[in-house]
Amino acid sequence: MDPLELTLCQSAEALRDGTLSSTALVEAYQSRAEQLNPKIHAYLHIAGEELTLAARQADDSWSAFRRGGDAPGPLTGIPIAVKDVLCVKGYPCTCGSRILEGFIPPYTATPVERLQSAGALILGKTNTDEFAMGSSTENSAYGMTHNPWDAGRVPGGSSGGSAAAVAARMAPIALGTDTGGSIRQPAAYCGVVGLKPSYGRVSRYGLIAFGSSLDCVGMLARTVEDAAFLLEIMAGHDPMDSTSMPEKTPAYRKTLNGEPDLRGIRIGIPKEYFAAGIQPDVGRLVREAIGVLGSLGAETKEISLPNTEFALPVYYIVAPAEASANLARYDGVRFGLRREGKKLRELYDGTRGAGFGPEVKRRIMLGTYALSAGYYDAYYGQAQKVRTMIKADFENAFRSVDIIASPVTPSTAFRAGEKVDNPLSMYMEDLLTLPASLAGVPGISLPCGRDTEGLPVGLQLSGPFLGEETLLRVSWAFQQVTRWHKEAPSL
Amino acid sequence: MRYNPAMPLTKKEVEHIASLAHLQLGEQELEKYRRQLTDILDYADRLRRVDTSAISPTTTVLPLRSVLRADEIKESLARADALANAPEQDRHMFRIPPVFE
Repeated sequence: MDPLELTLCQSAEALRDGTLSSTALVEAYQSRAEQLNPKIHAYLHIAGEELTLAARQADDSWSAFRRGGDAPGPLTGIPIAVKDVLCVKGYPCTCGSRILEGFIPPYTATPVERLQSAGALILGKTNTDEFAMGSSTENSAYGMTHNPWDAGRVPGGSSGGSAAAVAARMAPIALGTDTGGSIRQPAAYCGVVGLKPSYGRVSRYGLIAFGSSLDCVGMLARTVEDAAFLLEIMAGHDPMDSTSMPEKTPAYRKTLNGEPDLRGIRIGIPKEYFAAGIQPDVGRLVREAIGVLGSLGAETKEISLPNTEFALPVYYIVAPAEASANLARYDGVRFGLRREGKKLRELYDGTRGAGFGPEVKRRIMLGTYALSAGYYDAYYGQAQKVRTMIKADFENAFRSVDIIASPVTPSTAFRAGEKVDNPLSMYMEDLLTLPASLAGVPGISLPCGRDTEGLPVGLQLSGPFLGEETLLRVSWAFQQVTRWHKEAPSL
Repeated sequence: MRYNPAMPLTKKEVEHIASLAHLQLGEQELEKYRRQLTDILDYADRLRRVDTSAISPTTTVLPLRSVLRADEIKESLARADALANAPEQDRHMFRIPPVFE
């Protein structure tokens, strides 16, 4: 049995049964990660020998369990990768930025802590666009991640390191974050599952903030079932995050069995998402995928989300405005980089000028402008009003459908360097993922085919606020009758 | 500064924004951001055409209102841990250049 070929759920079962040891599983992923990282650069940090020791302890726990002892946590001995914007005590956390070079967080983010409490081992920290701002990982100060399907192309972003790690079998599953598409878009580009839960479903305590009204923690996975497994462990209220919802977390994984029957499910196809500009292959494969859902009994119908065209300008006012406030904390005083100055002001401005990369500076400037005296109402105020209209589009749509289906991105993975000098064309990559982010609803990216050049295409499904259960059920059904998620790039 | 969407940003405006944002930028950076921010703001200008006279702004997508908790004394980050990442510290405090002359 090749441990790298097992899904997360299969590994968990094999560890419980004793047909697989954590030592072997961890060793397989660690050596795969070390071997491929020079080529893919999915990781900024790979855990060392301390992981071997932890794996041995996990094996002891499972042995004790099989001898009649207590069951250890369901993830005991399973290695998991974490995007380098989530704090893990004792692991460096850079956010892909020079300004946090050498920073070692003094505490662990709640979603990671919950996985660790369930027995998970942290395999490493994955590459990201600086402070999660970008759609290609080219904005990482430590060098881009390469798409495992074609090293000349980007893996998407900002969770590109996590997506590439899962696609390249360098991790069984990886945590990511999504502010405007940063889980779903790289999942589509790398041919893996990417789940952005509802805003507030998963605690953000210990997630280094970018756009606080938008940031969500989710995961990049091989299967829907794997994503559901992790979500039910991570989700739920956290007293350390007042924006985490008090709702009880459903047992998502339990509902993923039986026949993939979608009778009674109504799927809406928003006409605005198939407008001009969609690569023909992408449009065709996504329509075929929606046809598959129809063949499982779902009812499909065209719907309209009339304010879709405003999602991009709204996002690129709201997110930078929030970022400009959140990133004010990087000032060279308490942590991270410091550029010395004779006066405090010199120290601040010099540190920030030297420590932030071009995209982060651009967004801080944009956000500062949008919030500055005399401009607030025209930009930020107006954007938040139009956001209300976008949210209302979804609320209206979900009165007559259960799920909304569309492409994740207008096209497949683009070539490295193609869009670096044109911020607006880079921002266009997020066109189809931004609306769900602004509305706070959950969304998932599922592999649904490959274009004529062999690059993965993603199907995006979105559900109503806190509607992960149906979203996962429909996504799971799709994977029961398709094989795209089982394909891996040859490396 | 006056709000004038018809005009590109001026160098002076960009310098003002950089100063508000506490970012030390070189001449080339200032010029690059002047052009790029003008483009982005031009694009965002389409929002002004939307009639929002009857719409309230989104403050949160959550159905939550004020979230309160009991005001209890709990253990917090130890001082040594809080200082562990400091670029410079002195007598258990963060050290910075003088603020007053």
